[in-house]
Amino acid sequence: MSGLRLWPVVASDVATRVDAIVVVLLLITGAVLALVLALLLTFAIRYRRGSSARRGALPELVQKEVEIGWTAATLFLAVFIFAWAGATELGLAKPSGDALEIHVAAKQWMWKTQHPNGAREIDALHVPRGQPVRLLMTSQDVIHSFFVPAFRIKQDVLPGRLTELLFTPTLTGEYPLFCAEYCGTLHARMGGTITVMEPEDYARWLSAQPEGDDLGHEGRALFVSLGCSGCHAGNGPVRAPGLAGIWGRDVPLEDGRIRRVDEAYLRDSILQPRRDVVAGYEPRMPSFAGLVGEDELIRLVAYIRSLPGGQP
Amino acid sequence: MSDIAAGQPVPGEAHPRQGLRGGPSYLTAEHGLAAWFLTTDHKRIALLYAAALTVFFFIGGAGAVAIRMELFTPAADLLSADGYNRMFTLHGTVMVWFFLVPSIPNTFGNFLLPLMIGAKDLAFPRLNLFSWYLFVGAGALLVGALVAGGVDTGWTFYTPFSTGYSQSYVMAAALAVVLAGFSSIATGVNFIATVHLLRTPGMTWFRLPLLVWALYGTSLVIVLATPVLTLVLLLIVAERAFGLPIFDPALGGDPLLFQHLFWFYSHPAVYIMILPSFGVISELVTCFSRRQVFGYTFMVYAILWIAVVGFLVWGHHMFVSGQSLFASLVFSFLSFVIAVPSAIKVFNWTFTLYRGQITFEAPMLYALGFIGLFTLGGLTGLFLASVPIDVHVTDTYFVVAHFHFIMVGGAVSAFYGGLHFWWPKVTGRLYPEAWARFAAVLMFFGFSFTFFPQFVMGFLGMPRRYQVYPPEFQIWHVLSSSGAVLLAAAYLLPMGYLAWSLIWGERAGEDPWQATGLEWRTSSPPPRDNFRAVPVVDTGPYFYHPDKEGPRHDRREAHQNQGHET
Ligand code: HEC
Ligand code: HEM
Ligand SMILES: [Cu+2]
Ligand SMILES: [Cu+2]
Repeated sequence: MSGLRLWPVVASDVATRVDAIVVVLLLITGAVLALVLALLLTFAIRYRRGSSARRGALPELVQKEVEIGWTAATLFLAVFIFAWAGATELGLAKPSGDALEIHVAAKQWMWKTQHPNGAREIDALHVPRGQPVRLLMTSQDVIHSFFVPAFRIKQDVLPGRLTELLFTPTLTGEYPLFCAEYCGTLHARMGGTITVMEPEDYARWLSAQPEGDDLGHEGRALFVSLGCSGCHAGNGPVRAPGLAGIWGRDVPLEDGRIRRVDEAYLRDSILQPRRDVVAGYEPRMPSFAGLVGEDELIRLVAYIRSLPGGQP
Repeated sequence: MSDIAAGQPVPGEAHPRQGLRGGPSYLTAEHGLAAWFLTTDHKRIALLYAAALTVFFFIGGAGAVAIRMELFTPAADLLSADGYNRMFTLHGTVMVWFFLVPSIPNTFGNFLLPLMIGAKDLAFPRLNLFSWYLFVGAGALLVGALVAGGVDTGWTFYTPFSTGYSQSYVMAAALAVVLAGFSSIATGVNFIATVHLLRTPGMTWFRLPLLVWALYGTSLVIVLATPVLTLVLLLIVAERAFGLPIFDPALGGDPLLFQHLFWFYSHPAVYIMILPSFGVISELVTCFSRRQVFGYTFMVYAILWIAVVGFLVWGHHMFVSGQSLFASLVFSFLSFVIAVPSAIKVFNWTFTLYRGQITFEAPMLYALGFIGLFTLGGLTGLFLASVPIDVHVTDTYFVVAHFHFIMVGGAVSAFYGGLHFWWPKVTGRLYPEAWARFAAVLMFFGFSFTFFPQFVMGFLGMPRRYQVYPPEFQIWHVLSSSGAVLLAAAYLLPMGYLAWSLIWGERAGEDPWQATGLEWRTSSPPPRDNFRAVPVVDTGPYFYHPDKEGPRHDRREAHQNQGHET
């Protein structure tokens, strides 16, 4: 044990900003607590039975006005803290364009992570210092939660859905990763290590990893073997939209809604095609729910993303 | 004010009139097992509840002991991984639904509500008895499930774990909780009807003691929220037993739907657990300060405000669940708003002491301890209501500490405070004061010692529901487990001396505390029908001194009872 720690390590941009609110809130709540305790003690001692303190009616000041006064004061304080915390949260939620995207798949009781070049890790994640990181997470069974105390980040990882986390590591070192949502027998052992490295070290580490095929390549193979290309390549019996260049665009749907093409949209299109039918097309695409696993979905999405604009 | 003197007991005088007013006391009125198990007397039913709750408190407590022993070291020493999970599920399920929710309403509420409003009984005495049987039946089902092998979902039953993955007795536990819910609804309906229909002449709404208001607010919340719990648990059974696709995404369901429905009940449920203790604390503080409750009407509105806004904040349990940021911010805002009435209550209790004639009998010590612990518990709620901080501390020991400060430091302390305060009324005996003061102080320190370290380790990142943990957290767990030993002693001690007092305790007079409420205007213990004659009320509650004055400087003011008998 390396001494008694009273404050968790600060190792990300999020941590710095969260800690600032924590400190101010500690001061405010400390003051309120001290006030209440001081009043309780003073009154209890001063007005104990038999003391000679003045009793009788309450002074004018301590009548209704004071009641309205502290109702207003607490309300004001509450709204102030809310506004500040809310503004911080909105600031944290801003996605940044050049983030390093890492896919995380959770299952009872392990974390699988995969880097953009295909390198995989289990119960571990290496990231470069100073580079924004975006985790795209999904679960293969129950709900888990990705929690790194040193970064002050936590996000539940749900089956059948993608959730994401944004952060920029700021301090090199090894930090524990916990699963924070109870997920069954070995929940307490579903942890791992996050290693923050200098960017050069990260690059070296990454190149030393066994060459995984990158996600997009694997996705292309799946696109063919699952039969997607039969419709989507343009000359099959079914008229289906081309997928090249759709990433990031807004797609008009049959029912008049418009959706931005992102991970969530692509997943929906593959698993529940009836939900968002592209305007001008028949709802002929079959659902692949149950046929493609989480790993495969991630690859298909990566493949569609990697398609350049123009014709497929 | 002509009748202040009438029926005014002289302090300290033993009352040989014991049980004479209005016939024999409810304890001796009838004999035999059937007279207890088929009784419709609200006071006897309160005791039946008290017996059942004591059993559940011990079962839940055994779970806590197992958890704290296991956590003494970072490794798994005593329990298997599944064993530990079953233990905290047992602890949470039993403590929430079989101890805290029914604790104050079904014991003190049952006993005192009719007495405080001058009624002979609750509006539906047989429904009252029926709700006890439902409760015991539900408890038996739960204990059956626990003996058969236990449940490992946590008291929160999150899907899809509970519907598709858990290999334990989820359905039996869920049905037990559903039945317990029906029992609370029955009590809630009964209380609401009683307050509306059976107030004695002159007992207008704004003359009701705050405990009655608190029980009334609680009953409204119970009646409106519990059906949602029933529904969501039945949906769990439907998915688990019949494969109906509701929550499991593999079947096309939505797991977050479960969380929304669950917390739509369970957040109001925390107010079901704490509102009654607000009522109890108000009664205690005013009586031992000899002053009218500061800002009575504000206290009433605060109760109602909490009861209403409590329904609108459930999403603060879901900031990291994947709900939209916009939703999170709205729920965060509403959560801050609901902190205000709680703050008002704390200030008002504090200012009730101002210019009082305060004495420090055990109930008052419990009340002062409550105010301190509740304030800290409430203030940490502000951290949790701030989205970016909550993201870090949710599902860690910070949250465990927060809800224990409120539900154990708060509600359980209030329960013990009320127990001492009304013990003379319920049993006709006085408890030994010195022991009781010692127990009250021990409970405060034992509690703080147990749960304060959990704030620190939670903020450091110790997740909840972990049987094994990194060694750097051990120091905090050791502190917490050691404090728990003191706390356990403080909980057990009163059981000893209170039992002792049943036989050897001094006889209590009608009104040993010189309190104002109607419940003190009858013998201790009260007769079967509560009052010799219908009491009539012509003042507000807490008439410890005339409205525009205060207690005298030199001595305790003679108080005026709220009602007099016709
Ligand atoms: C039977 C032919 C068929 C097959 C096989 C098929 N699709 Fe489709 N797909 C369609 C049709 C028709 C649409 C347009 C209607 C709709 O949105 O459902 C479509 C729409 C889509 C869209 C939305 C396109 C947009 O412009 O928004 C995506 C993404 C997609 N498919 C991906 C896939 C993938 C990946 C596979 C293989 C796993 C696949 N499809 C297999 C027929 C097919
Ligand atoms: C007296 C009333 C009490 C109530 C109502 C109560 C309630 C609860 C609840 C609702 C939980 C959450 C369970 C869950 O995680 O699913 C919990 C957890 C816990 N309680 Fe209590 N509790 C009480 C007393 C105690 C006492 C006296 C102790 C310690 C001696 C204790 C120790 C714990 C611990 C350690 C946990 C966390 C378990 C974990 O997350 O691993 N509780 N309690
Ligand atoms: Cu887990
Ligand atoms: Cu809540």
